[in-house]
Amino acid sequence: MPTGAQEDPHQREGNSMSELTRYRLWYARGAELRYVSHLDMMLVWERTFRRARLPLAFSQGFNPRPRFHLASALPLGFTSLCEVADVWLIETLPPDEVQERLQRAAPPGLTLQQVEIVPLHLPALQTMVLAAEYHIEFREDAPSDVADRIAGLLEQREIIRVRREKTYDLRPLIETLTLTTSSEGDKPILLMRLSAKESATARPEEVLLALGIDPTTTRMERTRLIFQEPIPAP
Amino acid sequence: MAIWPPEQIESVLDRILLKVQKPGRYTGGELNQIVKPWDSVQTHVALIFPDIYDLGLPNLGLTILYDEINRRADALAERAYAPWTDMESQMRSLGMPLYSLESKHPLQQFDILAFTLPYESLYTNVLNILDLAGLPVLAEERNERHPLVIAGGHAAFNPEPMSPFIDAFAIGEGEEIIHEIVDVYQEWKQSSETRETLWVKLAKIPGMYVPRLYEVEYHPNGTVRRIAPRVEEAPLPVVKRIVAQLPPPVTRFIVPSIDIVHNRIPIEIMRGCTRGCRFCHAGMVTRPVRERPVEEILQAIEAALEATGYEEVGLLSLASSDYTHIRELVEAVASRFGDQKITVSLPSLRIESFSVELMKELKSLKPSGGFTLAPEAASERMRRVINKYIPHEQILETARAIFSQGWTTIKLYFMIGHPEETLDDVQAIMDLCHAVLREGRRICGGRAKVHAGVSTFIPKPHTPFQWVSVDTMEQIQAKQTLLRQGLRGQGFKLNWVDPKVTLHEAWLSRGDRRIGQVILRAWQLGAKFDAWQEHFLFERWIQAFEECQLDPAFYSYRKRDLDEVLPWSHISIAVRPSYLKKEYQNSLSGTLRDDCRGQCYACGILPTFNDIRAKTPAEAWKCPPVRRKTPIKEKVTV
Repeated sequence: MPTGAQEDPHQREGNSMSELTRYRLWYARGAELRYVSHLDMMLVWERTFRRARLPLAFSQGFNPRPRFHLASALPLGFTSLCEVADVWLIETLPPDEVQERLQRAAPPGLTLQQVEIVPLHLPALQTMVLAAEYHIEFREDAPSDVADRIAGLLEQREIIRVRREKTYDLRPLIETLTLTTSSEGDKPILLMRLSAKESATARPEEVLLALGIDPTTTRMERTRLIFQEPIPAP
Repeated sequence: MAIWPPEQIESVLDRILLKVQKPGRYTGGELNQIVKPWDSVQTHVALIFPDIYDLGLPNLGLTILYDEINRRADALAERAYAPWTDMESQMRSLGMPLYSLESKHPLQQFDILAFTLPYESLYTNVLNILDLAGLPVLAEERNERHPLVIAGGHAAFNPEPMSPFIDAFAIGEGEEIIHEIVDVYQEWKQSSETRETLWVKLAKIPGMYVPRLYEVEYHPNGTVRRIAPRVEEAPLPVVKRIVAQLPPPVTRFIVPSIDIVHNRIPIEIMRGCTRGCRFCHAGMVTRPVRERPVEEILQAIEAALEATGYEEVGLLSLASSDYTHIRELVEAVASRFGDQKITVSLPSLRIESFSVELMKELKSLKPSGGFTLAPEAASERMRRVINKYIPHEQILETARAIFSQGWTTIKLYFMIGHPEETLDDVQAIMDLCHAVLREGRRICGGRAKVHAGVSTFIPKPHTPFQWVSVDTMEQIQAKQTLLRQGLRGQGFKLNWVDPKVTLHEAWLSRGDRRIGQVILRAWQLGAKFDAWQEHFLFERWIQAFEECQLDPAFYSYRKRDLDEVLPWSHISIAVRPSYLKKEYQNSLSGTLRDDCRGQCYACGILPTFNDIRAKTPAEAWKCPPVRRKTPIKEKVTV
């Protein structure tokens, strides 16, 4: 297969930032996209922009990538109501039109909630995220003592866990962890707010494992991202 | 086995998908998939590629059938692929049946399961898929509660090895026959007649082969004595199907949400080939040559780019340079899509400087790394044997043009194991690679590279070489050792094929009906994913042969007598056996046969498809007008 041994000069130069327009996208990822990894999702977005005939700006360098920056990567297996991304286009178009064209080109499961033009100088989205909230449903019956397990976990001063051969303390990353019931009935639902700073991000599966709950018995959804300073909500 | 409703399958998927690699293979829900309400149609067809999603999704044959069937109001088509081993263990441990990606119905609930068999190393996966679907793998053990199991594709031109497992084969092109199969199935289902009636009804469709309606008798030496129909409705031979004119190409390709190997828009610009290379299975079985109009191709590219968002377009054919309007097409592609940063690939270019001009034009869209040429053989004698004659100097001239235009890597494809080949002919491959690299060094210095891909020839059914033997393991190894010694060092890269893999493919592609037992036994011994190096186990196949008391050498190493009844002789590709024989004899005398666009050599296509030809516009086929009673000229122009 042909590979990029010789780069197109037009692409290698990338696009000069000052000529670009920065858009902020708010969107939801439904069940159809639950098993699409972060990297694959980049490809899904790139193709959506191409179908929408919206010219993405590319990064500079030997292997130009589309300028598309996510606030926070969504783990495999999750749905989300609250994704935020910044994207740079080489054309300035009304945000409504961008939203409408993207939605028409979007694959099943991708729902655009809002599109805004934001100033080019704003800091990178991922540096702005503080925390994320998750909504965890049990697909079958929840353990009967789940409330006690939560209380027990929150009482601990530290929760030492190992992930990818690194030891870390999960406790300070748990901001809130509560049990509630679903609106339709009496199904228990776990709500958690976990730190999502660039240097200190907790994964909801880790909290579940610390509670002795197999994450594959649950359905996990991200419901809110919390930023350093308010960004317009959809 | 209890039938699993789709809701149960979805719920179990939720529980297991995070435990397997690339779970996106098993969910469906991609852009452009078609989901019809299950109960809104009479007939449900599952289209199955017998390997993983990543390899199966881009398959053009199934893409065409998916489009054809889903256009019908009375039928639906959904997809299924082989689950990778991690997913298979999950499914087996829960007793979960294989299901379709669109609606998550278990395969058992479909009316028709349609497999594509593009190559032989997928055969054991077919058995594994039937088993995962909860069906008996042997056709004779299935009954009216089970779906009809059909198969097609290039490997099905010798259907015998897979005949114990498949109810009916569609021989040849699928665009029209698939509708006739669905029609016949519907008629049969409403009639509530026996399955035996269905077999006969299917056999009456031109191009359908129902193996159980034929009896095979063998000589004491193991060769076939006779293949005879058991009922008068079963035709002899079964003549392949073709479409008179290529319909407009499919453009709404399913776009996977996960990264797979081939992410490109495949547009077939031409079907068939007039070159007559004697080793080439595709070139023989896909005759006659039919081309699509330039404008239709351009419109299809436009529509497909819009529907998929892909970055690459593959203009597919067996010989791009032979497409009548190739220059016009390439120029139009470059001018119309030049601003879209897409890559356009043009495979199978002839070895001549014109090809470099074409690629240069396409390169301006977006650059690509290497330039591929397929001389297939390197000595004058071998080129005459295989009927792919390119003068040495023309190859070097083309190489110079390629290097001068800025490409630094040339990929050269060869085969070893052609009939009558000696070590001198293998030496010629190395000499040619060295000569090409020298040209490269002269033009672009140390950056010049030559990648040699050397596969091993397998004489395929329905080709002029169908009678010859495969090189022995020892011969192949000796030739490969020579190549490895001669093509090392800076600037060279050499790829070759494990001789065990070659022999496996040879047994399965040249086999008779009895090879089915070996396939069954090998699968029972654990064979699956034979196309994957980490799963293929040669010894398992040897054991299966032993247990079935069959000799692998009988299938691979034995030279067939020209009068032998070949196991595929009841299947006709519409090229006369006498033509193939003549071509074989021409190979022995080193006689070349020219491209048949200029003059008809009476291969048999035209008389067979006389009716269709008469109803088709003259320019749609590239067979020249037949001038009767003129002697065949063995003139060659290069």
